[in-house]
Amino acid sequence: MAENSINKYQCIVIGGSAGSLDVLLHVIPKLKVDFHIPIVLVLHRMNSYDSMLTELIATKTTLKVKEVEDKEPIKAGNIYIAPADYHLLIEKDRMFSLDFSEKVNFSRPSIDITFASAADAFGERALGILLSGANADGVDGMQAIKNADGLAVVQDPKTAEVSFMPAQAILNIEVDKILKIEEIPDFLNSLA
Amino acid sequence: MEANVVKDEEVELLLTDLLDIHGYDFTDYSRASLKRRINRLFTLDRFPSFAELRYKVKNDDTYLQRFVEEITVNVTEMFRDPFFYKAIATEVLPQLSTRPFIRIWHAGCSTGEEVYSMAILLEEANLLHKSLLYATDLNPSVLEKANKGIFPLSQMKQYSKNYILAGGKNDFSSYYTANYDHVIFKDTLRSKMIFSTHNLVSDYSFNEFQLILCRNVLIYFDKDLQARVFKLFDDSLEKLGYLALGAKETIKFSDISPKYTQLPDKEKIWRKIA
Repeated sequence: MAENSINKYQCIVIGGSAGSLDVLLHVIPKLKVDFHIPIVLVLHRMNSYDSMLTELIATKTTLKVKEVEDKEPIKAGNIYIAPADYHLLIEKDRMFSLDFSEKVNFSRPSIDITFASAADAFGERALGILLSGANADGVDGMQAIKNADGLAVVQDPKTAEVSFMPAQAILNIEVDKILKIEEIPDFLNSLA
Repeated sequence: MEANVVKDEEVELLLTDLLDIHGYDFTDYSRASLKRRINRLFTLDRFPSFAELRYKVKNDDTYLQRFVEEITVNVTEMFRDPFFYKAIATEVLPQLSTRPFIRIWHAGCSTGEEVYSMAILLEEANLLHKSLLYATDLNPSVLEKANKGIFPLSQMKQYSKNYILAGGKNDFSSYYTANYDHVIFKDTLRSKMIFSTHNLVSDYSFNEFQLILCRNVLIYFDKDLQARVFKLFDDSLEKLGYLALGAKETIKFSDISPKYTQLPDKEKIWRKIA
């Protein structure tokens, strides 16, 4: 990932639940065509069989969008989607691992797990963004990112369809940035 | 929350102890998941320090069993991914039905839910009488559970739904008897199962099979170990036999891949053609 070494952040993990898809459909089309930090999306989903999400997001960007495969290396310029019904972890050698252990916060994939794993693998070069949702998943993971000196970003709860998840993060963690939906694309583009 | 107390170096110390003292080789397991499991257990069992955890793993055999069971993932379901089972019933079993005898290996069977699912499919295909299901795992305690055939009643609603989606022909509850909050599955299913410990990391091939199922086990292994296990499966599979993996696992990038062809319906089932 030599082309990536100039960036402060080497991995952006975005977690969301209810109401987060609309945010992504607003943000992703506005990313630069040469956006070159890998983005990992961990979304709670209703249906364990749907692969629609990947296809839907792929129609919104020229970046490569793909559902993660086990032991896949993390590459710049890709948007990765956590598969339904597996936890998604990141290995120190910058590879994904899937995990079918117990649900966490009633969720699989759990945002907490991927955030914590990104913090462990990327340390201060991990960036987590927590979007709209009705569940407290992601808050502990955000804390792990903070503990590792990474950057914790939260969607402004006032702009969230369901404010509970970002509001919980703000309540419990010293987050670094609180962004309105329309501010998220510019913020991301300024990083890469 | 699960603490991140046990550090990378300490994980390695534990893995060395497990191998040197107890003969359990976890050194080629994926670290991210393993480290998380160890930290989860550290929190769950309220260890005051890493040193105490390490001491207990080294010296307390009862705790060792718990440790191994907890750091390996034992989450499973009956008829998980119903369309996978439908493919087994419609694509694989008809091909195997002409054999005088059917040997199936469930590698990493955990508490046995998939083995019982398979036995039900075989029964409905009228093949159970000439089948044997070998079910192996590295944890003796999960095998004990599997061998009893007792599962929580609370799960049956979900399993019954899965079973119907998988194309099940009967009333799912006809396969078990409920007793308070548990159910026990019929003896006729269990009579065709052989449970035994087997460690995919260190043990060898022990028979030749027509069908090997190993679902959501390889995701916990690194690439080298995955390659070794694929070789073990290849050595244990008859020509024209089938290998079935989990929804997110593939043989695509492995050395054995040229000898196999995937079934056309997208399910993770391969047939050995050479």
